Amino acid sequence: MVPLSWYLIFSAALFSIGLFGVLARKNAVAILMGVELMLNSVNVNLVAFWRYRTPEGIAGQAFAVIVFAVAAAEVAVGLALIISIYRRRNTVVADEIDLLKF
Amino acid sequence: MSPIQVVFILTAMTTLGAALMVVTVQNLVHAALWLILSLFGIAVTFVILNAGFLAVAQVVIYIGAISILMIFAIMLTRRVAEDVNPQIGRRWWWAAAISVVMFVGLAWMLGNWSGFRSPLPAASSGMDPLVQLGEALVSVNAYVLPFEVASVLLLAALIGALMIAWERRPG
Repeated sequence: MVPLSWYLIFSAALFSIGLFGVLARKNAVAILMGVELMLNSVNVNLVAFWRYRTPEGIAGQAFAVIVFAVAAAEVAVGLALIISIYRRRNTVVADEIDLLKF
Repeated sequence: MSPIQVVFILTAMTTLGAALMVVTVQNLVHAALWLILSLFGIAVTFVILNAGFLAVAQVVIYIGAISILMIFAIMLTRRVAEDVNPQIGRRWWWAAAISVVMFVGLAWMLGNWSGFRSPLPAASSGMDPLVQLGEALVSVNAYVLPFEVASVLLLAALIGALMIAWERRPG
């Protein structure tokens, strides 16, 4: 039997790795990959809490399904923005997209 | 150590290793392939957690759709995403420090929580979780409103993505 703590530590580690990717990567597509890892670690947490704390309900899985939908929307809009920026400015490096920077 | 624990540890190690490769590897196409391995490990975790529908959805949505979109985006922007340039910013140690602090903080906070070592409860003998999930998502007393809002959000996001990425040719 796997204790709940293993899942929580696992998803905390995955979230931290994703956070590192978001903060350290320069390419905007790679930043989106880091966001995907973070969203997935949240899903692991939701399902683990559902299985260990409230297996008689279904709230954890229902929320995970909604996170799936939101992640798909986020990726679609994010990649469209990246491709649009690439067409106009010929770059996908986040440091160079600084028109709004004060 | 029971077999399920061995399976979990192997899955977790694979997933975390692949995730580390995703955030550090130089070639972005390779990073996307490592991302697929990592997402597959999470699907296996869902199977261990007795959430079969989510495991299938993970494979279909994340591996089947999102990863392919990522690979398309990498290939479309390939010319500037050259593999020779460093892909990690100069101040990467700040990012590493923040991530480590985040992990230690989360682990400390969870370790202080009384339910941290909850044992695995017996699977509810009543309904099949899949049937339960399907009914909950369309039941007026449960999650039909969040479900519909999520679907409208997805539609709006896809139309918005189409508009943003549309190439307007003059004339």
